[in-house]
Amino acid sequence: MDYITEGFFRALGLIFSMNEETWSAVRTTMRLTMSSMALTLLIGLPLGFALGYHEFRGRRIIRTAADTLLALPTVVVGLIVYAFISNRGPLGKWQLLFSVKGMAIGQTILALPIVVALTASAIENLEERLRFTLLTLGASGWRMAVTCLAESRYALLVAAMTAYGRIVAEVGVSMMIGGNIKWHTRTITTAITLETGKGDFALGIALGLLLLLISFAVNVGLSFVKHRTDS
Amino acid sequence: MKAKRTGIRRVILAALAAIVLVISTGASYAAPVLKMATTTSTDNTGLLDYLAPIFLADTGIELQWVSVGTGKALEYGRNGDVDVVLTHDPESEKKFVDDGAGVGPRQVMYNDFVVLGPSSDPAGIKGKPVNEAFGIIALKSAPFASRADKSGTHMAELRIWQAAGVPEPDRESWYIQTGQGMLDTINIAGERDGYALADRGTFITYEASHKGNPPVVILVEGDETLKNQYSVIPVNPAKHANVNSELATKFADWLVSAKTQLDIANFKLEGKQLFFPNAK
Repeated sequence: MDYITEGFFRALGLIFSMNEETWSAVRTTMRLTMSSMALTLLIGLPLGFALGYHEFRGRRIIRTAADTLLALPTVVVGLIVYAFISNRGPLGKWQLLFSVKGMAIGQTILALPIVVALTASAIENLEERLRFTLLTLGASGWRMAVTCLAESRYALLVAAMTAYGRIVAEVGVSMMIGGNIKWHTRTITTAITLETGKGDFALGIALGLLLLLISFAVNVGLSFVKHRTDS
Repeated sequence: MKAKRTGIRRVILAALAAIVLVISTGASYAAPVLKMATTTSTDNTGLLDYLAPIFLADTGIELQWVSVGTGKALEYGRNGDVDVVLTHDPESEKKFVDDGAGVGPRQVMYNDFVVLGPSSDPAGIKGKPVNEAFGIIALKSAPFASRADKSGTHMAELRIWQAAGVPEPDRESWYIQTGQGMLDTINIAGERDGYALADRGTFITYEASHKGNPPVVILVEGDETLKNQYSVIPVNPAKHANVNSELATKFADWLVSAKTQLDIANFKLEGKQLFFPNAK
């Protein structure tokens, strides 16, 4: 039982001492999460907008597909991406396996359905009047999309936070694509898996608390931003 | 309205700039990098954490490794995802070389497997020859935790069942197929008051984490069939253009050199020697 309390105190120790190895995992986690989030939003927001705004044949099917993909298991994504980027796979020559870039691709595939599905329903739920107003004001194309997305910014923030949660907490893709290489692709979650595997439960708990703390900081930052744009 | 939009634009620009900054840093390495796939036992015991800095100092090459079961490590080798493998299952290694996936295998070191069980030893196998011990476990249906993951340890376990004349257990209620790493499997054996086959190094790590009072202890050891041989095999560059065989060969030569062999012998965990160099 003492490993639970020990874990708590070691978390404090880890945070205040910040030894080089932990710091490296924290840095990798941040770099990876930022890359994955950027890719996901860059691809997901336009896709989600298109899906929510336009009426076209097959739209319902694509929406259902996006909703289904919300349940993609991380190891399946890891396996599929591995098959493609392994040296024997079709994209092998790009040398993405065991790299942060490869991990970011996997995590993007994982989080993309969340952003697409939630953005699409946010746009669908916008008042019909807004669209007409914008049209009468002569808005079109690019400007229309930006305004619609800006008007549903809170719903989009929820989409981004959900995607962030899935990305920062996953271990399947990071382990399979990253390989948990010390100083390079070891993230906080793969380090937790390793320490648990090594029987060091206390360190595992400590790292878990550290990850929560980072997410707490991110959320505090976002609520600050939200507050600022409100007023 | 206009002011607001430039505000949003500024935020987006700042975010993009931050992302580019974060992504571009730390992407370049000065030292050439050798990629290795190896087994959990060399990593969990800390041997590689000990050897990698020495290798870097001696050769200027940075060693990066992924630690998985022997089966998966060899699969990474077959797919050309790594430059070299360090594994411990002579039979699948032989197949690996015969298939042309690897060239120039070298013996590096050995440690040994031990049979673990609760100190009360309900099946009564303590000190028995290993084949007999396995026979008793099966006969008494004592809980047995197996890696069941095609790792070197799992393959060794299967050979022992065969030698003991026990048909390979599968759905028997006493046979717990964990599908996990060595330490997880020992933990499961401990939780279930069961038996397990483990490499000595991982057991010492486990013992240390329980502060001298582990739920399972060594019951059978020292049998010749329990020897656990590690070999290093560079991946065949003829199969994969991206594989760096020059570094891989350097690493293999370095591992079997007299100096490194001595370093391996000097590596101790909790004051105990874990690996016994035996390069030929």
